[in-house]
Amino acid sequence: MNDPFGSSPEATDRPGPGGQPAAEEPDVLGPLAMDLPDPSGPLTPSGHLRRRQLISRLAEATQTAAALLAVAVLGIVVYSVASRGASVLSIGFLTKDPPQFVGVRGGGIAPAIVGTAVIIALATAVAMPIGILTALYLTEFAGRWPARAIRLALDLLNGVPTIVVGLFVFGLLVVGHHQSGFAGSFALAIVMLPLIARATQEVLLLVPAGLREAADALGVSRWRTVRGVVLPTARGGILTATVLAVARGAGETAPLIFLSSIFANTVSVNPFGHQGLANIPVYIFTLSEEANRYGFARAWGAAFILLAFILLANLGSRALNRRSTLSR
Amino acid sequence: MSASTKPAGALPGNTRSRVRSADRIGDVVLHGLCMLAALLAVLAIAAIAYKVIDGASASISRFGLGFLVHSKWQPNFGILGAGVLVYGTAVTSLIALLLSVPLGISIALYLSMVAPLRVRSVIGPLVEMLAAIPSVILGFWGILVFGPFLQRRLEPFLHSVLGFLPIFGATPTTGTGVFNASLILTIMVVPIIASISRDLFLTVPQELKDGATALGATRWEVLRGVVLPSSASGVAAAAFLGLGRALGEAIAVTQVIGAGSAIHASLFQTGDTLASRIAEEYAGAVSKLQIASLFYLAFILLVIGLLANIAAQLIARRFDVGRVAAR
Repeated sequence: MNDPFGSSPEATDRPGPGGQPAAEEPDVLGPLAMDLPDPSGPLTPSGHLRRRQLISRLAEATQTAAALLAVAVLGIVVYSVASRGASVLSIGFLTKDPPQFVGVRGGGIAPAIVGTAVIIALATAVAMPIGILTALYLTEFAGRWPARAIRLALDLLNGVPTIVVGLFVFGLLVVGHHQSGFAGSFALAIVMLPLIARATQEVLLLVPAGLREAADALGVSRWRTVRGVVLPTARGGILTATVLAVARGAGETAPLIFLSSIFANTVSVNPFGHQGLANIPVYIFTLSEEANRYGFARAWGAAFILLAFILLANLGSRALNRRSTLSR
Repeated sequence: MSASTKPAGALPGNTRSRVRSADRIGDVVLHGLCMLAALLAVLAIAAIAYKVIDGASASISRFGLGFLVHSKWQPNFGILGAGVLVYGTAVTSLIALLLSVPLGISIALYLSMVAPLRVRSVIGPLVEMLAAIPSVILGFWGILVFGPFLQRRLEPFLHSVLGFLPIFGATPTTGTGVFNASLILTIMVVPIIASISRDLFLTVPQELKDGATALGATRWEVLRGVVLPSSASGVAAAAFLGLGRALGEAIAVTQVIGAGSAIHASLFQTGDTLASRIAEEYAGAVSKLQIASLFYLAFILLVIGLLANIAAQLIARRFDVGRVAAR
């Protein structure tokens, strides 16, 4: 028990009248003494206090139950995916193309795996430098008001529903052109940018002011300080932020459903190709809408691979974060 | 850009001043690059808003604000109204919020006050991992695992016990529907509210809690009387962020809500939301007007999503909620 006073009831609940130590004159008070606490008695709560402690225990039990419920849901989802997905996994599943027709057994998801990798890599290549530069602007250059405005813009961008981002990129890059992996990367970059920028900003704020002041005192210019002191110090945290953003982006479906063709059935690494790139989230989504058990089996397998990647990336970034000196 | 108006360094001539002018240029370039990058975020917001309004203009001029309440969606006849979708979005998000606010706060209290430190460091990350599950996987699970469970167990139970309430009135049939969608949204929103609230509760000064304890308050009374009141605004902001997430979720909802086209009193029947209608119909759009109407839906979604976020920012001035939301 962390509550040091949980077992001292007299102090709050049953004070003697006028604070008199009651039991010292039992003979004088006579029957009145019955109402007064006996200081030599055991320190157990009674009456009102017992009810209060009961309520407190109940509340704690409810909170514990809520936390366990959340963990249980996570466990059930992961178990469902793992138990159904693992039975589908094989070398062929990872390396073959999906079957040409609906309702056929077997086949693999190689195009979706490669496509997701290409789309994510390209999105990261766009979002990471912009995100880091934005964070640098917020911490190193911007005044109070510009920083606020940019931060608000980032938070709002983070709050834009991802399906709207997808529709936006569709209107911008696909209408009048063609679906492409690049359009998907562009949409994911918009989703990932605020994540990377905000998390990087947090890390940069943790770089000790003393380091910057030391560089200033040596007459080092700002950009050399950034390159030689600030960024290297924050490297671990920036990497963590990026990995988390990648994990988030890898699972995003809504921005991609308009941008990648369901007809992309063969392995392609060309993000500018005319077909669009297959990718795992959209593949799962498409299969989940067709009521077909072989399709469902492939979708479970794909979900297993995606979930494993995302959870491992999360765990990895946490481990990285713990090791890096600037972690919280 | 303002930096470029600074004097351009000392006269060149010796090595030192050459280094210095290189430094000046480096500073200006870095400043400029950073500013450009930062402006891209603003530009992105503006471009999204412009493109969505632009795409929706045909539908906006045709249907006006009546679009929001008109309940018929018949693309083949050029009759399009979002009434059913607005209703479905409101109901699913509201139920998700009603369930996830108490749950999220409870989890946050457990993680910040009740649990021993070692347990915290295990359960905290696990709760955050719940937020990392991709919505498409959660939706797929909702169809094949959770839906049948609801259909066979939970929905018949609720129907038999609380069937006199209209919301549990219909006989459960398929397991997909508004109820399933609301619960899936709850799963997605709980970790958001929980992790923001936990960070908030940890910022409540220890002296306040110790003071209350010293006055004889039980642990629940400390939570009730000190922790919750002093962080109420932040919790409200967290709820708004969760609401924004629930409103805008398209994929998982599409998968489990059953794409209904009418308003039903019972939660066990199908429905549809703004976001999921976009996801369903884009590929099969039959007319320009339908596409414009889908952009109109996106516009509504953008406006309410941004409003929820701005509300969160305004409520929680003291606490930077965006920091946790972007994690």
